[in-house]
Amino acid sequence: MKVTDERVTAKTGAARYKAGVLKYAQMGYWDSDYVPKDTDILALFRITPQEGVDAQEAAAAVAGESSTATWTVVWTDRLTACDRYRAKAYRVDPVPGSPGQYFAYIAYDLDLFEPGSIANVSASIIGNVFGFKPLKALRLEDMRFPAAYVKTFQGPPTGIVVERERLDKFGRPLLGATVKPKLGLSGKNYGRVVYEALKGGLDFTKDDENINSQPFMHWRDRFLYCMEAVNRAQAATGEVKGTYLNVTAGTMEGMYERAEFAKELGSVVVMIDLVIGYTAIQSMSLWARRNDMILHLHRAGHSTYTRQKNHGVSFRVISKWMRLAGVDHIHAGTVVGKLEGDPNSVQGFYNVLREEHNTVDLQRGIFFDQDWAGLRAVMPVASGGIHAGQMHQLLHYLGEDTVLQFGGGTIGHPMGIAAGATANRVALEAMVLARNEGRDIWNEGPDILVNAARHCAPLRAALDVWGEITFNYESTDTPDFVPTSTAAA
Amino acid sequence: MKLTQGTFSFLPDLTDEQIRSQVEYCLDQGWAVAIEYTDDPHPRNSYWEMFGPPMFDIRDAAGILTELRSCRQTFPNHYIKVNAFDSTHGRESLRLSFIVGRPPKEPGFRLERQEGPGRTVRYTTHAYATDRPEGERY
Amino acid sequence: MNATIDHRQGVGDEGDGRLDLDAALRDSHVGEVLDELDRELVGLAPVKSRIRDIAALLLIDKLRGNLGLTAGAPSLHMSFTGNPGTGKTTVALRMAQILHRLGYVRKGQLTAVTRDDLVGQYIGHTAPKTREVLKRAMGGVLFIDEAYYLYRPENERDYGQEAIEILLQVMENQREDLVVILAGYQDRMNTFFRSNPGLSSRVAHHIEFPDYTSDELLAIAHLMLDGMQYRLSPEADATFREYIELRKERPHFANARSVRNALDRARLRQASRLLSRRGRSVSRDDLITLEAADIRASRIFSAPQGPESPAIPGENAS
Repeated sequence: MKVTDERVTAKTGAARYKAGVLKYAQMGYWDSDYVPKDTDILALFRITPQEGVDAQEAAAAVAGESSTATWTVVWTDRLTACDRYRAKAYRVDPVPGSPGQYFAYIAYDLDLFEPGSIANVSASIIGNVFGFKPLKALRLEDMRFPAAYVKTFQGPPTGIVVERERLDKFGRPLLGATVKPKLGLSGKNYGRVVYEALKGGLDFTKDDENINSQPFMHWRDRFLYCMEAVNRAQAATGEVKGTYLNVTAGTMEGMYERAEFAKELGSVVVMIDLVIGYTAIQSMSLWARRNDMILHLHRAGHSTYTRQKNHGVSFRVISKWMRLAGVDHIHAGTVVGKLEGDPNSVQGFYNVLREEHNTVDLQRGIFFDQDWAGLRAVMPVASGGIHAGQMHQLLHYLGEDTVLQFGGGTIGHPMGIAAGATANRVALEAMVLARNEGRDIWNEGPDILVNAARHCAPLRAALDVWGEITFNYESTDTPDFVPTSTAAA
Repeated sequence: MKLTQGTFSFLPDLTDEQIRSQVEYCLDQGWAVAIEYTDDPHPRNSYWEMFGPPMFDIRDAAGILTELRSCRQTFPNHYIKVNAFDSTHGRESLRLSFIVGRPPKEPGFRLERQEGPGRTVRYTTHAYATDRPEGERY
Repeated sequence: MNATIDHRQGVGDEGDGRLDLDAALRDSHVGEVLDELDRELVGLAPVKSRIRDIAALLLIDKLRGNLGLTAGAPSLHMSFTGNPGTGKTTVALRMAQILHRLGYVRKGQLTAVTRDDLVGQYIGHTAPKTREVLKRAMGGVLFIDEAYYLYRPENERDYGQEAIEILLQVMENQREDLVVILAGYQDRMNTFFRSNPGLSSRVAHHIEFPDYTSDELLAIAHLMLDGMQYRLSPEADATFREYIELRKERPHFANARSVRNALDRARLRQASRLLSRRGRSVSRDDLITLEAADIRASRIFSAPQGPESPAIPGENAS
């Protein structure tokens, strides 16, 4: 978009630095001729300006407030290479089908950021600007990190490939379950659920996000009983098993203590919650790398800012930040389950987490090419309201490198927890087998499951109970892209 | 006890026709297929014996199945698995691994516990089969 | 695989139980391969007609099979006999395609080997080598050139016999996995088959590749030159015919291969001739035309005749 309007032409020299208030565009935060450098960090915002505020001026304001600007002109700018440090809004497009909303592209010089710090990136890009008055709403949709910046992070301590080698599990999604009820079980009862589920055929069980150290079950007790369960199940099946021991605590010291104990007991995986904060996540990532531990991240709290289309931070940005910060697992949606998730958006998150290189894919909400510069891949976790009867859809949408978590779908099985686990594993293996044989699992999926259930009573029972359950609600977070949207969007 | 390592261990043992389809799938993806066998099924036994190196440049599953038949003849009482290696950058690892041969009787594992302080336990998974010398286990 | 077979069951069925052979032929796309064979190979009429017969037999067999009529799995192993350069490898390549399109081999690749690829140097070396080749060839056609070298009666501890035995087993037991074509000089193949009756009895189709006539060799030369964007001047054309007549009488004559080599050498001479005319401009015509002198300079026209004549550089008995 070429702009010649005086309002959005940057002022220069003395006129620019005279004390007083200038429009952000006049201060140099809008430059339609700017060509982003390979080393720039790029951000795409969805902006909704207040009535009467020009879209370019709003974009310039976002660029200003997320880089060097303050509300008024300061002469101290002239002591710096301020032209370089100013972020540049360089393109504004109306959002298709959403009047009053615009996509604003902003480029940031690499020198504006501390190497290897998500805290710094987020403080810069979303630190101040989201409460800015001239905007009704603001959403960070996507970011592009240059390879030079990606290389300042260590990334996932384990990654998909090495995780599979350690667990000796290939060619199929992994299976997990969250222990239910989330709260109230004693350590001994809790371990029972873990044992039954793992012995029945799951690869992992999982603490829920708010299982930490409560009056009904202290963390140490939980770890001891869980590891007894894991080792029993391992001996019963001859397979490597794991349980995500949630080490989330009130302090870093507390988390390190819990993680060390999990390691001492021989666990292959520990777990943290997104709410511990980006710095704590990066610290735990370093710990996991030092100790050969898979690091599972539960995205607790994310929906407070990822769900609404016009305000907040898209989960694809959180996915990028978490791949940089370095986690091995992250919950990234199920498409078919009980929680928010449009198929295209969710596939976009999965691609961000798993691909070596993302190419622009507007339909899936990917606005930039992103080279991951050799950073390992994160295993996305699909959790929340999924069951064996959806196995063909899950495999179709999510592919092979994912953990499918059937909590209720395992523990709520009419024949018991182990039977629930077996039902899920048989359904999964039958589906992968059929897919590899070249069958059309999307259409034949239900038949394949019914056939597999002939030699597996637990699967038969699972299909009888849940076969028809679906969660068909309109998604709130769908990508907007030109020219047309798919049926799903 | 049925050892459930491998991609398809919860299904009834695969027929040769089913094995052929899976191998065909691997070859179509450009993966190299290998056959391995062992009489030590410990879950952390990363190195089963190779029945020859991975078979590169094979066009049709018949070549692999011929090799599998020969492995079964040689080791009728061992565990045998089919592995598929993907040399694509960023993967460079196995893509599929499934058991295609088992001993007639699988005695399984004993869990040994060594009690430590503070109620901690050090666990050892012990395969009953390995009580006997290599080659005489099944 | 299932889907393909289902599809084939409908091939040529007109609904009233009558079969439309044209449609069946068309659907199998075998005609295209046969046409290609016609186009790319000059002459060889008896070979082409044998290949057509075999294709017809296989197609009819397929149609009979669809109606439940069976004569048992046809044996498809073949021998191709003839002098070097008579098109055996090319025909084998097309044969593999025909078998693939008719569903008699699953992948259709041609694996061409000689004794060295199959037979080892020491005890225990041969079996793995042969098996390795067989594994790679499965799903397609294994072409063993100069197959008689596998058998060396003069050396009773020759490992070739071991390779033959493994080969025999696979030819017998895995007919659906592999088709074997044994190739070589006619007389030596006959001796080979006589001393290996087991092998001979498993080869269903013996195809003889005749030597090319001079006209055919000249036509081949034109075809090759077309492909390289060269042509013979009218005088060169006559000279080349003379060349062919003379060359056929010399040892190590290898039909089409000798023609190719002769043309390659003529191109060398043409290039030197053009360069030696420094100072004068060279036209497009000059660049594409081989002159009589480029042919005439061959030793064929000067060297004494007879078996004691020196070997022609670049010529090879094989």
